[in-house]
Amino acid sequence: MTLKDIKEFLDAEVICGEKYLDIEIKFAGGSDMMSDVLAFGQPGLLLLTGLSNSQSVRTADIIEAKAIIYVRGKKPDDIGIALAKEKDIPLLSTQHMMYTACGILYNKGLPGVSKN
Amino acid sequence: MVSSDLGLSERFEISGGDFSKAGTISTKIKEILQEIGIESSIIRRAAIASYEAEMNVVMYANSGSVILNITPEKLHLQLEDNGPGIEDIEKAMQEGFSTATDKMREMGFGAGMGLPNIKRNADRFEISSTPGEGTSLDIVFCLNKT
Repeated sequence: MTLKDIKEFLDAEVICGEKYLDIEIKFAGGSDMMSDVLAFGQPGLLLLTGLSNSQSVRTADIIEAKAIIYVRGKKPDDIGIALAKEKDIPLLSTQHMMYTACGILYNKGLPGVSKN
Repeated sequence: MVSSDLGLSERFEISGGDFSKAGTISTKIKEILQEIGIESSIIRRAAIASYEAEMNVVMYANSGSVILNITPEKLHLQLEDNGPGIEDIEKAMQEGFSTATDKMREMGFGAGMGLPNIKRNADRFEISSTPGEGTSLDIVFCLNKT
């Protein structure tokens, strides 16, 4: 599914990277712990997180995630947004909580990261 | 940056406690590796290890440094800090063991995954630490694996 589909499923707001909404997303993972993301993340990941500081964007860049969805209406700080623009990482924000946001996407057929 | 046909060497200073800049050096290292055309899977592993190691310095030390050394055979990250040191390295290497503060956890770190993540991504990993003096890490990635 595309990032645009995901935006609609989650009724999300685009914080930056509107021009990347057509990118294809094949799998997702959710965590607030960046070390977990660094451990399980694979290139192409859609990251769902409630961590709104710039480390979320930096972690996404390091693991080559495709986009970030902030849950529970959170939004990154200015440093995070500037970094996302520089690294071409689209950022979206949904009012849904983590469990619900992940559930909606899983239900729509977006799988999680494979264990190995 | 010192660069020649034989390799490249660059030293970066890490400011402890400066969470706003935390990770910038690893981003820079990743960019250097991309510029010189290192294989993408190795860049990814090196970037993850470097970022975890940089975060440890930011979180625990007043200052530290990382030296990036690249030869045709290997990519070498050497980190040194003047932090509190690690009393029990074996324990610190266990996933889930953490001495992190709430502030560190607010940054999304401190889950006790840092050192294990570095080890998992490296081809060779060595750690030495003296309580009260600091910690040093040697992280090596082989560049010509067959």
